[in-house]
Amino acid sequence: MAIVGDLQQWVEDALSAISSANDLDQLKSARIAHTGDKAPIALASRALGTLPAEERATMGKIIGQARASVADAIAERTRVLEAERDSKVLLEEIVDITLPAQRGYRGALHPITILKNEISDFFIAQGYGIAEGPELEAEWLNFDALNIPADHPARAMQDTLFVEPLDARLVLRTHTSPVQIRTMLENEPPIYVICPGRTFRADELDATHSPVFHQVEALVVDCGITMAHLKGTLDLFARKMFGGEVTTRLRPSFFPFTEPSAEVDVFFNGRWIEWGGGGMVNPRVLKACGVDTEKFSGFAFGMGLERTLMVRHGITDMHDIVEGDIRFTRAFGVGL
Amino acid sequence: MRAPLSWIREYAAVPESVTADEIGNALVRVGFEVEEIEYHGADLAGPLVVGAVLAIEEITEFKKPIRWVELDCGESTPRSVICGATNFMLGDLVVVALPGAILAGGFAISQRETYGRTSDGMICSSRELGLSDEHAGILVLPPKCASPGADALALLEIDDVVFDIAINPDRGYALSLRGIAREVAAAFDVEYSDPVHAIDLTAFAASKGGVSVKIDDPTGASVIYIRTLENFNPRAQSPLWIRRRIEKCGMRPISLAVDVTNYVMLELGQPLHAFDASQINGGLHIRRAGSTASFTTLDGQVRTLDPQDLLVADEKGPLALAGTMGGENSEVSASTTSLAIEAARFAPTAIARNARRHKLSTEASKRFERGVDPSLAQYASARAAALLIEFAGAAHLATEHDGEPRYSPTVDFDPTFAATLTGADISNATVAEKLRIIGCDIEEKSANLWRVDPPSWRSDLQGPTDLVEEVARMIGYDAIPSLLPPRPVSPGLTDSQQRRRVVAQLLADRGLVEVQTYPFLSDATMQVMGYRGERAQAFRLANPMSEDAPLLRTHLIPGLIEAAQRNMSRGARDFSLFEMGSVFRKNTPLPAIDNPAIDTRPTQEIIDAIYAGVPAQPIHVGGLLVGRAEREGWHGRGRVYDWSDAVALAEAVLMTCNLEWTIARSDFAPWHPGRCAELLVGGRAVAHAGELHPRVVAEYGLPPRSCAFVVNLSALPAREIVRASALGTMPVAVQDIALIVDASVPAADVAAALRSGAGELLESLELFDRYDQIGEGKVSLAFTLTFRAPDRTLTGAEVSVARESAVEAARLAVGAVLRSV
Repeated sequence: MAIVGDLQQWVEDALSAISSANDLDQLKSARIAHTGDKAPIALASRALGTLPAEERATMGKIIGQARASVADAIAERTRVLEAERDSKVLLEEIVDITLPAQRGYRGALHPITILKNEISDFFIAQGYGIAEGPELEAEWLNFDALNIPADHPARAMQDTLFVEPLDARLVLRTHTSPVQIRTMLENEPPIYVICPGRTFRADELDATHSPVFHQVEALVVDCGITMAHLKGTLDLFARKMFGGEVTTRLRPSFFPFTEPSAEVDVFFNGRWIEWGGGGMVNPRVLKACGVDTEKFSGFAFGMGLERTLMVRHGITDMHDIVEGDIRFTRAFGVGL
Repeated sequence: MRAPLSWIREYAAVPESVTADEIGNALVRVGFEVEEIEYHGADLAGPLVVGAVLAIEEITEFKKPIRWVELDCGESTPRSVICGATNFMLGDLVVVALPGAILAGGFAISQRETYGRTSDGMICSSRELGLSDEHAGILVLPPKCASPGADALALLEIDDVVFDIAINPDRGYALSLRGIAREVAAAFDVEYSDPVHAIDLTAFAASKGGVSVKIDDPTGASVIYIRTLENFNPRAQSPLWIRRRIEKCGMRPISLAVDVTNYVMLELGQPLHAFDASQINGGLHIRRAGSTASFTTLDGQVRTLDPQDLLVADEKGPLALAGTMGGENSEVSASTTSLAIEAARFAPTAIARNARRHKLSTEASKRFERGVDPSLAQYASARAAALLIEFAGAAHLATEHDGEPRYSPTVDFDPTFAATLTGADISNATVAEKLRIIGCDIEEKSANLWRVDPPSWRSDLQGPTDLVEEVARMIGYDAIPSLLPPRPVSPGLTDSQQRRRVVAQLLADRGLVEVQTYPFLSDATMQVMGYRGERAQAFRLANPMSEDAPLLRTHLIPGLIEAAQRNMSRGARDFSLFEMGSVFRKNTPLPAIDNPAIDTRPTQEIIDAIYAGVPAQPIHVGGLLVGRAEREGWHGRGRVYDWSDAVALAEAVLMTCNLEWTIARSDFAPWHPGRCAELLVGGRAVAHAGELHPRVVAEYGLPPRSCAFVVNLSALPAREIVRASALGTMPVAVQDIALIVDASVPAADVAAALRSGAGELLESLELFDRYDQIGEGKVSLAFTLTFRAPDRTLTGAEVSVARESAVEAARLAVGAVLRSV
């Protein structure tokens, strides 16, 4: 069994060479030298076929064990040497990982967009749809259908921007309420929608006013809708906007499109803040839209998004919201 | 409406213990917004006394006239003071602040040396007493109104609280102390004395012989009273209490006749007008202007009349713009001795139009527009006549009237509707009690049918919901519970809303900051941009906020540029902006629309016409890229935005919407004509992107080569359900091809030709190199073509055929020649 002795010698030589390899290159050389084509193990393997059948099994087992012990040693030595290399060589590749990594600039959504999304998601969760309509709107939808006849003082309450020619009767909508009218003209109750959007009034830009601003309005028309539902919905909405601690207050007021009408105040940061208006949809408005007032009633409310934003985030100057200064907008990120 | 507490208390028996704050809160609770509570006299302190002027010595040695005045202040010896005003005479009564007094603004009075004398007090102006802004001279009291030494604080009723209340347009009755006091009494559930009940009509029965009146146009007025007074003393002065009340209500005392009409208007809410009766020719007529061309109102303005203007006229012509302003020709003057007092119930619409057409909002028109109690014409005119008789020695000559008061109809009302609509627990008894408090009469026809007769001053109470509001505000909105309505299933965001949200998010992620600019443009901007076609068809505002920006935007780029300029002026250098919003183009005919009445739903035909008259307003998203896309830093030079960034962003928007597009060169304004890409989806141009035109960049001071993109989101095809296709697992065959073409040939055309020629086996194609240094106006474009068959490994021969076919297609389409390696 000279082969067996050779194999033992080979295993010893190989293990010795492996353990004395000081780096991965030496280990690679040792591996090639001791496991290559001319290595005793390869010769033994090739010779296996020439052996008688009864010896072949025994010999095969011996060769396999020898091969395995060398392979195990190589694997173990590789692990050790790689760890050594990592601790030395990779450390030499050190970089200043704190260098600024951002090569581009930070983008952001406008806080009005963020707020609009937040409100939309809230009302979708309450079962509402999001209704939209044109900003350049038919005067009839913006005023008449809302029970604001041509000579009513309420029409003078809002300074309206008209486009030429005047007989086309187009206005830049003064509120998002025409979307409510469109919704009722196009759909049968039950109706649960909010209408967020951009609105226009001929106010000069100052710290609290902008001629271009945003509103969100809600409209519900269903069987048995009461002012209690208006109040409950406003309470929930106010808590979503300003936190769980806020309380709301309704004050009697006047809007041509609601009866009874209410001003909506929120008690926030220690004082009452005028937030919006609302009420029960005036039956004249429902009738103008063909809603059966015997069967259905509804509530509507609306508030300014800029105002909500200013109150909630402590913004003191409307200019910041409308001017598009990237420093202002970036502070809001994407609203997360 | 400004309402003094002392006057409110005259009609509403509010206990003395109730504070002004509590009254203010009560007013808010019943629906009257108190804008301010003013505490008059709070900063004044006596002694302030009435003084009689005994002697005046004019001192002339100073730059301005100075008087040394001896006063009887009810003391044992006269008191002398220095005074800089000259509007008083011997014997006049004035208000004297004695040493120790404190005047408005914390001004302390003491004995002092001035102009070489020892002034022992000060004669006060109205402003120094906090009565009004009047400070041209000192306040001269009406003769004999008090004795020297009397307490001026009490005499002038200085200590008072004035509520400044915002009155909603449906509550005209509350533009009076009568109305405000009624609300206060109701809020505290205390006794209310209607001042109308104190008016005695017996002395003013209708009679002939005075100025006659005729309502020629019954759509303009329902009832009018003219009371003619003679022997009016034009020199008679208003009593102090009338002047003081008028002042506290924020108006200026003028003359007795004017003060009395204003006083009665403030008291009752009925505007009155006093004519000089001697200037009236024949009888008065309430009529439309018709062909009457012009008229001078008492403010001296010549008014060009509209044929529909409502006038009070005599045989010769207009005397007043009805319910709005009187005329110069019949104004009460210093020589007037006979008066015609007019009190009418003009139609709110007529007066609203008068006021609007002449941009003349007056105390009278404000009240008429909101509807005046029709019963008041008779009473208020009598009240005014009685005051003029009392204070000017006038005598009632005659009263003529025309028309009758028209009252609102009764309202049939189911009392349980109050609970049904509010959701609050309200008994029928409470409903009745609250309706009666506000002045309604109730006839209980049956348990569920009441016939409610609203009071004469509440023309706004027209239907059951109006009555519910009254009940609700009287029980207090706080009594309404808080409940949630049934929760339906939400349709969620529409596809379009979802897309807009994701696109905005995408652009923010790519480093763009969202702006929301005003959609107003100037003609000059349109010129600089070079818009043609429908983008040159801008809507023009009839009443723009600024003459510099009368147009509605047809494109987003100008607004983005303005926002960029603002950021640059504040020090920003490298940034990118985007905006998403509507644009407006006058590209469809605009039919004239007649607004239909709203008594019922208009016909579908009319609704369709109204809808069709509103132009489409597509939603665009646009971006502007300024300066660097990447910072300069430790890794090297910063990278400046170029045209391809803009194209990539426009493509990213389309990619996000899962669309396929083709790309072509375009000369669309305001882009650089050689560096503008047009992106087409389904053959329709939906986006433009590239470098802005150098002229535009220079005009607005943007950094050179600023870039921009715009995508018309409304033009994108609707979202489609994606059909999944089988994924090929067979090996790919990759082929690289370099083609030489004229430099003017768009790479997209070469790619399209290759794609068409390569056939179905082509899986993907990518341009991996462009080499433009080969001269002769040629470029080399290198593409990687990846081929795969779904069911087999491709043979070399198959791939060669496909590749050659692709190259041949490119040769035919764009003259491409295979580059020899």
